[in-house]
Amino acid sequence: MDGIHDMGGMHGFGKVEPEPDEPVFHAAWEGRCLALNRAMGAIGAWTIDESRAGIEQLPPDVYLAASYYGKWALRLENMVVARGFAGADELAAGRALRDGKPLSRKLTVADVPQTLTRGSFGRTAAAPARFGVGDRVRAKNMHPATHTRLPRYARGHVGVVEAIRGCHVFPDSTAVGGGEDPQWLYTVVFGARELFGETADPTLKVSIEAFEPYLERAQS
Amino acid sequence: MAHDHEHDDEHQHGSELSEMQLRVRALETVLAEKGYIDPAALDAMIEAHETKIGPHIGAHIVAKAWTDPAFKRALIEDATKAAQSLGLINRVGDHLIAVENTPKLHNMIVCTLCSCYPWEVLGLPPVWYKSAPYRSRAVNDPRGVLADFGVTLPADTQIRVWDSTAETRFIVLPMRPPGTAGWSEEKLAKLVTRNCMIGAGLPKLANELA
Repeated sequence: MDGIHDMGGMHGFGKVEPEPDEPVFHAAWEGRCLALNRAMGAIGAWTIDESRAGIEQLPPDVYLAASYYGKWALRLENMVVARGFAGADELAAGRALRDGKPLSRKLTVADVPQTLTRGSFGRTAAAPARFGVGDRVRAKNMHPATHTRLPRYARGHVGVVEAIRGCHVFPDSTAVGGGEDPQWLYTVVFGARELFGETADPTLKVSIEAFEPYLERAQS
Repeated sequence: MAHDHEHDDEHQHGSELSEMQLRVRALETVLAEKGYIDPAALDAMIEAHETKIGPHIGAHIVAKAWTDPAFKRALIEDATKAAQSLGLINRVGDHLIAVENTPKLHNMIVCTLCSCYPWEVLGLPPVWYKSAPYRSRAVNDPRGVLADFGVTLPADTQIRVWDSTAETRFIVLPMRPPGTAGWSEEKLAKLVTRNCMIGAGLPKLANELA
C-alpha cells in the first residue's frame, strides 16, 4: 500500500528529537494499549502482518497526528469491531452488551514470558532460493494496494544480494488472509546514489530485507 | 517560537492523554468482560517491559563481545544463538543479526515502514526511533540524523543503513572505546548506550563514566 507509513526518503519532517531519560511508557494507558494488542494477537485474533496493515489503513492525517500508541489504540478499536470481537456500541458504552466469541485460547499470566520473545517466522522452503549472494537484482516496480514490505524508495532500483536469510512467512499474503505462503528472504544492498540520485552521500549504502517475489534478476 | 511550540505540544499531549485513557479503558473493559483478555496478564506484561527488558541486555552482549573474541565471532555468525548462550533472557527471538562497526564502517538501524526493533535485547524502542523524522531521514541523510544526536563521523567513513523490512532484527556492535584495556565486562557494559546499539550514537568514552 502506497501509504503515509512508507516514510523512507521523504523530506520535510524536521529534526530527530531524542528525549533524555525517556520512560518506557509516557502514560499508563500506553502500557495497557501495548499489552491489549499483544494479548489479542496471542489469542489468534490477527497476525502481526494483519495488525501492521491495520495501522497502515488509518487515514494519513490521523496517522501523522496520533502518537505511536494512539495509533495502536485506534487500530485495536477498528480491528475488534471489523472482526466481530466487539461492537462499536460496546466500545462506546465502555462495557460488554453481549457474550464474547468462543476462544480456543486466552493469554494468562503464566503465558506472559513467551510474549517477551518475538514470534518465529522462519519456515521450511518448498523450493531452492532463486538468487545467490552477489547476484544483481532489481526491486520490482510494484504498487499493491494491500500490505507490502517493499519500501517505495527501493522500487525499480538495482542492488546486490548480500545474504540469504532463510525462508519466511510472506507478509503480503498473511496480511490479506492468504496464508503464510513462505518465501525466501534476502538482504539486498543498494548504493545511495542508485536510490536517491547523484547528490546522495557517496559513502552511504542502504539495505532492505526483501522477499523473493519483490525481486527480479537485473541485467549486468 | 520554541516556547510556543512546546506549549502547543503539551496542550496536544494533555488532551490526547485524557481521551486516550478513556478509550483504552473502554477497550480493556469490553475485551475483559467478553472473556478475551485477562487484566492480570496485561499487568505482568507491562511490569516485564518496565523492569526486566531493556538496553542493559544488549549492553551485556556488546561488552562480552568486546572481551571475548570467540563470543564475538559467534555473535557475528549467529546473534540469536550467541545471545541465547549468555542466559540473560528467557529466549532470544529468531534471526537476530549483529552488525559490526569498524574504523571504516558505521552501521545504523531503522524501520522506515513501522517500528521493527530488537526489543527483547534493547527494550521497547524510544519515541524518536518510531518518529517520522528518523524513519524518513535515516535512509537518505544518516549523517544529518547523527548530527541531531551530536555525532559527527569522519567524512570518509562508509555508512550502512539497515532497513528492518522483515522479521530479521539488527543490533549494532559498536567499537570498543580506547583507554579501556583490562576493564571488566561489567564496567565496559556501562559505556554501551542504547543509541550506540542502534547506530544513532557512539559508546561513552572511558573518561565519561561517572
